Amino acid sequence: MAALAHASPDGVGVALSGLTKSFQGEHRTVHAVRGIDVSIDLGETVALLGPNGAGKSTTIDMLLGLQDPDAGTAHLFGGEPKDAVSAGRVGAMLQTGQLIRDVSVRELITMVASLYPRPLGVDETIGLTRIDEIADRWTQKLSGGETQRARFAIALVSNPDLLVLDEPTVAMDVESRRAFWTTMRDFAARGKTVVFATHYIEEADAYADRAVLMAHGRIVADGPPTEIKAMVGQRQIRATLPDAELPDLEALAGVTRAERRGESIVLTCADSDAAIRALLARFPDARDIEIAGAGLEEAFVELTGVEDGE
Amino acid sequence: MNVATYTRFELLRTLRNKRFMILALGFPLVLYFMIALPNRHVHSLGGTGISAPLYLMVGLVTFGTMNAVLGAGARIAAERAAGWNRQLRLTPLSPRAYFRTKVLTGYMLALLTIALLYVSGTLLGVRLSAGEWLRMTVLILIGLIPFAALGILYGHLLTPDSIGPALGGTTAALAILGGVWFPITNGVMHDIAQVLPSYWLVQAAHIGIGGNGWGARGWIVLAIWTVASAYLARRAYERDTKRA
Repeated sequence: MAALAHASPDGVGVALSGLTKSFQGEHRTVHAVRGIDVSIDLGETVALLGPNGAGKSTTIDMLLGLQDPDAGTAHLFGGEPKDAVSAGRVGAMLQTGQLIRDVSVRELITMVASLYPRPLGVDETIGLTRIDEIADRWTQKLSGGETQRARFAIALVSNPDLLVLDEPTVAMDVESRRAFWTTMRDFAARGKTVVFATHYIEEADAYADRAVLMAHGRIVADGPPTEIKAMVGQRQIRATLPDAELPDLEALAGVTRAERRGESIVLTCADSDAAIRALLARFPDARDIEIAGAGLEEAFVELTGVEDGE
Repeated sequence: MNVATYTRFELLRTLRNKRFMILALGFPLVLYFMIALPNRHVHSLGGTGISAPLYLMVGLVTFGTMNAVLGAGARIAAERAAGWNRQLRLTPLSPRAYFRTKVLTGYMLALLTIALLYVSGTLLGVRLSAGEWLRMTVLILIGLIPFAALGILYGHLLTPDSIGPALGGTTAALAILGGVWFPITNGVMHDIAQVLPSYWLVQAAHIGIGGNGWGARGWIVLAIWTVASAYLARRAYERDTKRA
């Protein structure tokens, strides 16, 4: 039976099909997930990318069997999520959640490890997640970022075939983030399937084999992160420039769209490096120049043409 | 999977919770010494032939063990508030095994309460036969079963803010109405007491003072409380799970 449980004939780790979920909000029904189809192969690292409210966490809850879908199915390794969970094949770091108190981090990892059939060693896990310095502290004495790292260790100690991480780096500082992703990559390199939700395009680009882009409960793009990044990773240049004509601005290298807002102009760019050079060459009197990455929310509006929940 | 390891740490972490330990274990002990110590030479309380230290010991054993077992509710409520129950649902730990760890932990604490009070009683001159000690203890542990189910029910219904007063109020009411503090032997109060699990817990402890334990009625009342509380606890757990 154990051998059967490990073999997945078609090599699919996660299969979501027609997945749908609504909640009764205070004033209206919230359609959190509106029919999602995703298939993730064994060994793949996939980013679930989208702004807040895109339906990522609800999708992950259904994927893990924490919530039942209104319609559609979620399968892990060809079976029900709860069977994969019972077999100890799933490790997860949910978006919200504190640790229980009055235990050290090491003890808590030991506790959780004892629930799994083939866990990693406790010391190995502590080394892998680089939390040696907090391993003997009480869980209630940890900072937000340290709690996240301890939670990651708890997800890893089960030695799961599928690792699911929901916005894992939210409370972490820059250094913790780097350590976190290094660990995640090392773990994925063992042939594990990894799904992580994020609203940072850079994280998807740097650490995923594939990005699934969600907005308003639907999948709007699914492909290599570089392609997704090209779709949504546009930058905007803002400058005070009263006397420029929009057609002239749009003709500049790297610029896809130009708008005027009073004395200011806003250039949406596919290549902001080329655009800023062209702008200054043509209009040397441009001032108050700002270059900013367009937020994911703006990018989604661009992609989907939808402003609101409907 | 090894639930023993999980339970061991669960117990350890409860023993480290100072507030709980002071209230659940310290309080009955302090109360015992405060009242029993000055009265340790009262050998026949109100002409009953029962010494003050013995009478107070069996009374506080019921109160202390009730608190110890119901305390599982407070731990469950805290875990729910922290989202830890969601994390546990992503492990192979089955709901059944989860409840087993909670009940086991409560029982370990009850045993600790019993041991501490027995030792304290002995220090103040209580002497019982081995058979009495044993019969009393076994029956108390059985009488605690409905309280374990009640604790789980409370844990899944209430928040950490409300569970303290709820448990405190429940134990106070069950203790008074069940005759933990004052003997209830007749009248309407006796009729009420007889349908409460605390009354039968007191009867179990009163083996130490010459009581006969339970008749059929006691077993039936305890069985009904156990089944009803366990059923409601299960419902509350399932409702909780659906809400995710």
